[in-house]
Amino acid sequence: MINSLFLISHSGDIFLEKHWKSVISRSVCDYFLEAKEKSGDPENVAPVLQTPHHYLISIYRGKLFFLSVTQTEVPPLFVIEFLHRVADTFQDYFGDCSEVVIKENTVTVYELLEEMLDNGFPLATESNVLKEMIRPPTILRSVVNTLTGGSNVGGTLPTGQLSNVPWRRAGVKYTNNEAYFDVIEEIDAILDKSGTTVFAEIQGVVEACVKLTGMPDLTLSFMNPRLLDDVSFHPCVRFKRWESERVLSFIPPDGNFRLMSYHVSSQNLVAIPVYVKQNISFLETGSCGRLDITIGPKQTMGKTVENLTVTIPMPKSVLSVNLTATQGTYTFDLTTKAVLWDVGKLNPQKLPNLRGSISIQTGAPKPEENPSINIDLKIQQLAISGLKVSRLDMYGEKYKPFKGVKYVTKAGKFQVRT
Amino acid sequence: MQEWASHLCENRQFGSKMTDSKYFTTTKKGEIFELKAELNSDKKEKKKEAVKKVIASMTVGKDVSALFPDVVNCMQTDNLELKKLVYLYLMNYAKSQPDMAIMAVNTFVKDCEDPNPLIRALAVRTMGCIRVDKITEYLCEPLRKCLKDEDPYVRKTAAVCVAKLHDINAQLVEDQGFLDTLKDLISDSNPMVVANAVAALSEIAESHPNSNLLDLNPQTINKLLTALNECTEWGQIFILDCLANYTPRDDRESQSICERVTPRLSHANSAVVLSAVKVLMKFMEMLPKDLDYYGTLLKKLAPPLVTLLSAEPELQYVALRNINLIVQRRPEILKHEMKVFFVKYNDPIYVKLEKLDIMIRLASQANIAQVLAELKEYATEVDVDFVRKAVRAIGRCAIKVEQSAERCVSTLLDLIQTKVNYVVQEAIVVIKDIFRKYPNKYESVIATLCENLDSLDEPEARAAMIWIVGEYAERIDNADELLESFLEGFHDESTQVQLQLLTAIVKLFLKKPTETQELVQQVLSLATQDSDNPDLRDRGYIYWRLLSTDPVAAKEVVLAEKPLISEETDLIEPTLLEELICHIGTLASVYHKPPSAFVEGSRGVQHKRLPGSAGSGETVESPDTGSAAGVSDAPPAVIPSQGDLLGDLLNLDLTPPATTGPPPPATSGMQLGAMDLLGGGLDSLMGDESEPLGGDLGGSLGMGAGFGAPSAAPAASFSAPVSGGLDDLFDLGGGVGMPMGAYSPPKTVWLPATKGKGLEISGTFARRAGVIQMEMTLTNKAMSVMTDFAIQFNRNSFGLAPAGPLQVLTPLSPNQSIEVSLPLNTVGPVMKMDPLNNLQVAVKNNIDVFYFSCQYPISMLFVEDGKMERQVFLATWKDISNDNEAQFQIKDCHLSSDAASNKLQGSNIFTIAKRTVDGQDMLYQSTKLSNGIWVLAELRVQTGNPTFTVCLKCRAPEVSQCVFQSYEAVLKN
Repeated sequence: MINSLFLISHSGDIFLEKHWKSVISRSVCDYFLEAKEKSGDPENVAPVLQTPHHYLISIYRGKLFFLSVTQTEVPPLFVIEFLHRVADTFQDYFGDCSEVVIKENTVTVYELLEEMLDNGFPLATESNVLKEMIRPPTILRSVVNTLTGGSNVGGTLPTGQLSNVPWRRAGVKYTNNEAYFDVIEEIDAILDKSGTTVFAEIQGVVEACVKLTGMPDLTLSFMNPRLLDDVSFHPCVRFKRWESERVLSFIPPDGNFRLMSYHVSSQNLVAIPVYVKQNISFLETGSCGRLDITIGPKQTMGKTVENLTVTIPMPKSVLSVNLTATQGTYTFDLTTKAVLWDVGKLNPQKLPNLRGSISIQTGAPKPEENPSINIDLKIQQLAISGLKVSRLDMYGEKYKPFKGVKYVTKAGKFQVRT
Repeated sequence: MQEWASHLCENRQFGSKMTDSKYFTTTKKGEIFELKAELNSDKKEKKKEAVKKVIASMTVGKDVSALFPDVVNCMQTDNLELKKLVYLYLMNYAKSQPDMAIMAVNTFVKDCEDPNPLIRALAVRTMGCIRVDKITEYLCEPLRKCLKDEDPYVRKTAAVCVAKLHDINAQLVEDQGFLDTLKDLISDSNPMVVANAVAALSEIAESHPNSNLLDLNPQTINKLLTALNECTEWGQIFILDCLANYTPRDDRESQSICERVTPRLSHANSAVVLSAVKVLMKFMEMLPKDLDYYGTLLKKLAPPLVTLLSAEPELQYVALRNINLIVQRRPEILKHEMKVFFVKYNDPIYVKLEKLDIMIRLASQANIAQVLAELKEYATEVDVDFVRKAVRAIGRCAIKVEQSAERCVSTLLDLIQTKVNYVVQEAIVVIKDIFRKYPNKYESVIATLCENLDSLDEPEARAAMIWIVGEYAERIDNADELLESFLEGFHDESTQVQLQLLTAIVKLFLKKPTETQELVQQVLSLATQDSDNPDLRDRGYIYWRLLSTDPVAAKEVVLAEKPLISEETDLIEPTLLEELICHIGTLASVYHKPPSAFVEGSRGVQHKRLPGSAGSGETVESPDTGSAAGVSDAPPAVIPSQGDLLGDLLNLDLTPPATTGPPPPATSGMQLGAMDLLGGGLDSLMGDESEPLGGDLGGSLGMGAGFGAPSAAPAASFSAPVSGGLDDLFDLGGGVGMPMGAYSPPKTVWLPATKGKGLEISGTFARRAGVIQMEMTLTNKAMSVMTDFAIQFNRNSFGLAPAGPLQVLTPLSPNQSIEVSLPLNTVGPVMKMDPLNNLQVAVKNNIDVFYFSCQYPISMLFVEDGKMERQVFLATWKDISNDNEAQFQIKDCHLSSDAASNKLQGSNIFTIAKRTVDGQDMLYQSTKLSNGIWVLAELRVQTGNPTFTVCLKCRAPEVSQCVFQSYEAVLKN
């Protein structure tokens, strides 16, 4: 299983190491650093590497590499999932998962890592359980601890560790009982030059924020559960009831968690909210080119498209751009050569347009590649798949909770080819 | 490091902030002393802060081992946080200070008795992490108690501790009986304990591959399946991986396990999903294909695999590597999901390359238009590696999907027009492959290719271009000029290009001898005299001699028609694929290598195999269709479209021309030798072909399996020289996974005791792993002891002779019988017998010499490589005159044609093709005798009619009767 973990900054500094079995010298990371050097972009480092005596499995999160070392044949997905869980936990505890924050909290980080893994086997990875054992640092608690001599570490066995609902701690109490659900959908799409959809799918999640006293048993039902044929659930969801009745029945964890994620791939169900009319061309001679982009609403179900931004990574030989935007502002990043156009709200009466000229390094040949246009957007109060929550019922507790459902649609990897 | 230091300073400036960064101030030497003082302080809070500082230094790799005694002193405390911190320190430094570590033992032992289960567990957990022998000794007793603790939290921690202890001292764990206790925990009432016990046992089992630690039976499986529903996600992974090692007894058990595992496909943790996929992929093998559930299961597998692709890129990568295996094994699962593999602009490069690979595997006539449009798009991307692979992919599509070839070629031409240097080179390399698949079809593009001659600077592209010029020299007016231009810098070229240039110029010479004499002389002398590369020199000499001795023969050899390249050259060899499917989700599945190939110190790692099908109405897939899973439903075509000269050559050489009288005593050993020579020779003559074809390991591996004994000497000597070229011709790889039991008749009495002065011999013949065995039971029915056994054969039709002495080592006492197996070879003297398969045997013992004769089934002589190439079969069938045809009928045979084909294959009668006409199945079969005689057969099976008709054609018609008898014997048993 997992032998050791090294945290490495994107520049290649190893700034934290933890071993769960015998100590492995940090020189093992040299293989990784070599691979990193070779691949140029840190995002392109292959996640599974082999060295003469060890296997290196890594993830790249928040400009950090989480590099685990194993010596035996382990399922790499298991390791990668675990590493992401570690990063999630840091995020959860410290509000951020960056080098600075981890260095500021090394001792807590160390305590957490010790609690999450034993001999390379995962021990406690549920944030609820961890928080009962190691309390997240807050300025207030540090002050209180200093004054009272109190401790950051819980002295009793976390209740969740062994119960049938390991994700929920016992004895939860709130004065305001509330349960909120966010249905968030992201559209991944590739459109070709002419605007035809090459590929489109929806990645949806139901994020929950449940603050309820005691041991509530919730049932969430949908108006149109038929949409959902490819789902993955939080372990709390009773799979049998989903299979037979298509409702989500569960005892929720306390606090924020992802109840379900789903995937709508049949293309006729995926509405494309905007269209893009574009023309990016480079002249054979004269070291320049033209750019002209117009965006308009397509299938928005009557809602407004907001936070619209357009990113165009230009070929490396582009020197500068001289454009005019009828709406919003644009910037050109000289190092990444990306044009970023922040459009804002999409007004169907007056379509936003960006046009102008591109200048290329003199003498450089006409760029070979066609830049692709990446779109980001947001539509409030709409799940583009049409998914709708019908009702939420609570059993097992007597009080009346506040309930709420929010919908939002975003662009995921939404890309237009030119 | 500098950045780090500056960072520290920065943090020090914000010293008032309540963060751990304040602990990073121990860089100065004096501070160790300061810490020492603080650790020994009376104030609890100060102590804790000091330990925190020590830990902080430790985490960044600073050496604070000097503080060991002071830190250990802080251990005896009721403050749990302080205790945990000290434990953290201990685990890190105990190894370097073993004597000091002993100081901690007492506290550990005491803590193991603590009323708080958290402390008990913590103590046993920490003790297991201290890798000091002296401490381990003290660990045994507390551990034994903790394994039986009333609190499951302690039990599950103790289970892991056994694995830790095993890592430190395996013998101790075995002696103390911890393994048995661990096995008992599999039946624990708490699912988390079960999961941890399984995890610990699996880890221990990895270092003892044959220990049978995880003895899986239906009862334990049931317990595991129950625990599966209730334990944590990580526990589910351990349990699923363990389940995957189980082989269900029958298809019903298999189905019930599948049903209980399927819900895991909807788990949020992708590792759980992939482990579940592994279990399902494996157990699915056992389900009959006509079962409704089988189809349901196939449908259920697609969505979770697709979902894995929307996860983080690292997860996607592992998922894609596994999907690559899954689509090779069961393409039907994802055949409609092509689009999810389309590459996105911001995918990391490692994801892009994997997606591309899978796209080609899924490409079919139905979706080829889409795929090509995508590939063309990718060819204009930024990343050079990716663009190259995309261009190459277009070529692979052309070869894979015949209908698309034309479109692929025109796409490639479009790409060549872009004049982007590496695109052009890559395109030329793949166009060469397209020419090799569809010769004489697209030569109109050669002109365009020639225009780009000057821009080629990579050896592979240059070699490809030269090959094209040489191959189509007669249609390129200035071929000689083109080749001559390459010749100028001959010595600066890479070997690949030099070899290619040599071959191309020889081809050119043979096609246009008059104008190119000078050129060929030049290249031959460059290759033979001025080069120190032995490959080049030898090839040069071979051409030279060939040209000088017999130009006509040279023409026939060099310009011979070449076998077409196979559809997919990069498929994983089927047995390896099967093994990898058993390893889905592991490192092996990422590397696409069996664990034995890379796991460090793989102590005789067992090769995993997929379970065989137990399907009721289902037959084992025939070898033809089994190797290419994609076409498993299509019946093999009878009439091949292309003639195959190489096959003819081989055939001529191996089949003795029309025989009269007794067949020549060729031996199987000599046969192999002849093939080696020919194979090797042809290989180097057609060097340009051998490289891509020879890369296919399938030939040799499959052959090993075909012989049933991969490690046996014949297989080993066979595998080296036989390259992919020969594999194509003989298609031996097909033998994989077939029931290889050749038919062996029951024993009959050969020498009754009355004639043998009390010695009774009964026996039979069998063919095992390519070796003919004479199996005898010798029974002493006399009153005295028999010794000194020996055996001899008279001359016989096929030169059968004992390959060794008769091994009867101990004297045979009265009323005792002994089983002897005598290996035979076919190198003995030959005399035609009547009947043909008669064998006269002399057995000697201390009493007398006895003579008897017996008849062996001729199927013993059918060799393993008796599968004829289709074209050769067709040609040979026509070639043998109808006078040599014999027709027989087999009555009362209630087999389907497929079952019959399988049975016959077990006895090395190979079905080459099958055709169905008016409900009558015609099987075309070939067999080769050990002396090289080919027997061709047409087996007609009418559904519902128990009478089969066999038509045999052979150049030596004498054998027909015997062969027919074998047919009958094999089919009826």
